[in-house]
Amino acid sequence: MNSALLPLFVAVPLASAGLLTFLPGPLWLRRTLFLAPSASVMLAASWLIWLTRDGAVYAHNVGLWPNGIAIPFVADVFSALMLWTTSLLALVCSMFAVATGDDRKTFFAPLVLVLTAGVSGALLTGDIFNMFVFIEVMLLPSYGLLAMLGALGRLRAGRIYVTVNLLTSTIFLAGVALVYAAAGTVHLGELAGAAKESPMVAVGMGVVILALSIKAAVVPVHGWLARTYPFASPAITALFSGLHTKVAIYAIYRLYALVFDGDSKFLWIGVVAFTLTMLIGVLGAVGENTTRSILVFHMISQIGYILLGVALFTEIGLMAGVFYLIHHMIVKASLFLSTGAIEHTHGTGALDRLGGIAKREPLLALVFMGAAFSLAGLPPFSGFVAKLTLVIAAVDDAQWTVAVVMIGVSLITLMSMLKIWGGVFWGKDPREENGDGTPVAVGSNGSTVTETIARPKIKASLIIPGLILTATTLCIGLGAQVLLDLSAQAAAGLMDTSGYVEAVLGR
Amino acid sequence: MTLAITIGIMVAGGVYLMLQRGMVRIVLGLLLVGHAVNLLIMSAGGVFRRDQPLVGSGTTPFMADPLPQAFVLTAIVIAFSIAIYMLTLAASGSDDDTEDAS
Repeated sequence: MNSALLPLFVAVPLASAGLLTFLPGPLWLRRTLFLAPSASVMLAASWLIWLTRDGAVYAHNVGLWPNGIAIPFVADVFSALMLWTTSLLALVCSMFAVATGDDRKTFFAPLVLVLTAGVSGALLTGDIFNMFVFIEVMLLPSYGLLAMLGALGRLRAGRIYVTVNLLTSTIFLAGVALVYAAAGTVHLGELAGAAKESPMVAVGMGVVILALSIKAAVVPVHGWLARTYPFASPAITALFSGLHTKVAIYAIYRLYALVFDGDSKFLWIGVVAFTLTMLIGVLGAVGENTTRSILVFHMISQIGYILLGVALFTEIGLMAGVFYLIHHMIVKASLFLSTGAIEHTHGTGALDRLGGIAKREPLLALVFMGAAFSLAGLPPFSGFVAKLTLVIAAVDDAQWTVAVVMIGVSLITLMSMLKIWGGVFWGKDPREENGDGTPVAVGSNGSTVTETIARPKIKASLIIPGLILTATTLCIGLGAQVLLDLSAQAAAGLMDTSGYVEAVLGR
Repeated sequence: MTLAITIGIMVAGGVYLMLQRGMVRIVLGLLLVGHAVNLLIMSAGGVFRRDQPLVGSGTTPFMADPLPQAFVLTAIVIAFSIAIYMLTLAASGSDDDTEDAS
């Protein structure tokens, strides 16, 4: 492939977003323009995965400027896998937004497209300052999306979200400044291994990684996530859950492998922080009583799992981490979309106000159950393979406590999923139970005949997005070897970064 | 040294403002910290050992480093746009100050 095509991953969604801001056009045309970029990025990313599956790295300096001045775009199998997954999620969440009618809001579609462009850019860039810029490109539309649509209290959530993210970005920028002061460059190729040699670069990169950890919601800096995500509209929560924190996780993997060269001095910090993240996230979910807030706390817990891969920094640990990352993005979005479908139709996600959905919506129940089992790590879903390889990696590294915590947290996760299942899908609809109906007719003998208001049926177009994702996790679980091989290749690229460095330096 | 002290004072003031209740003060605090970080980037270019970048005024290694200036320009634009957006958020919607709730 001509690596000069790499910038198109950013340019195509941006161009489409630009068109959509002023193009009047009929709704079908606007929707095509909305969905087509994500679909084409996904196709291109599949091709890129095929090309990079044997460890090839493609690099391009935008505008053919020399190294150090140009914006470098680099793609290896890890970034290709991430591109594929993020574009799949963008596509599916956009479909969901079309089904709920969110996309009719002014500027909804352009904002989502700019967001995806920022995500692609952050995944492909080979320069930490450009990473900062692309993360901002990704965040700016999300500020708008969060405050535009969503539940009551979304403005308050929006304020917390913007404040935390602006502060984090400032910290990130301070880290970039320190790295530049110490190393004289922000180019990832030139920075390779710099933090292992020079403690000053290590301090600067440490600040960058701290900022990324806040964005990834690692305990103890996770508080903002649970206070903001549940207030966005369901499609937006699913989209954010799949993209924002995961881009930060990708960046932590990339930067630790590349700039720290997997330095074993600092790994214990990661092991402690990420184990705590697993535990505290899952325990936080126990106290919540709406579907989405439970899921958000689980997200925090799962972030701990994913990042443990990098904290172990063994070949198998990294492989497990990459596999877990891909699996988690798909499953979490599926859960958010299936509970979002309920929330959109019934107007609430509170466990005590819903019930008996399984009987009325068997397909949706199946979609939710599949994803929930996958999240908890039951076979034959991808979660089983992900957890198994991660536990093997921990045991391999003689991290017994971590392995035990992982298994314990899985059990609590399953319990929590059963709590949603019991509250929303099983049991009786509280409306029927309370006899909370309206009088519809007065019988001949004067007694009032009451009939409960029929709950509306959930539209098929709201179920299909979640169904696609649950089917994907099932396929990954059944044919795990394909993704495991790709993850192993990604892990090999992270362990031995020479291929990446050579490609990005153009040698 | 002057730069370091200035950055320190600005960060201290910014953090103090960010810990206040009102949204407007938080925005001002973030702006202060943002400016402090911009100065930090400038100082990363080695301002103490470089001169102005005028043609004929000296040799290239002693001219000001253009890269941090480009960084700062980008950072200013981003911080500016987000600050405007945050002020809009501060003005719109109901007041969610929790002073009475104690």
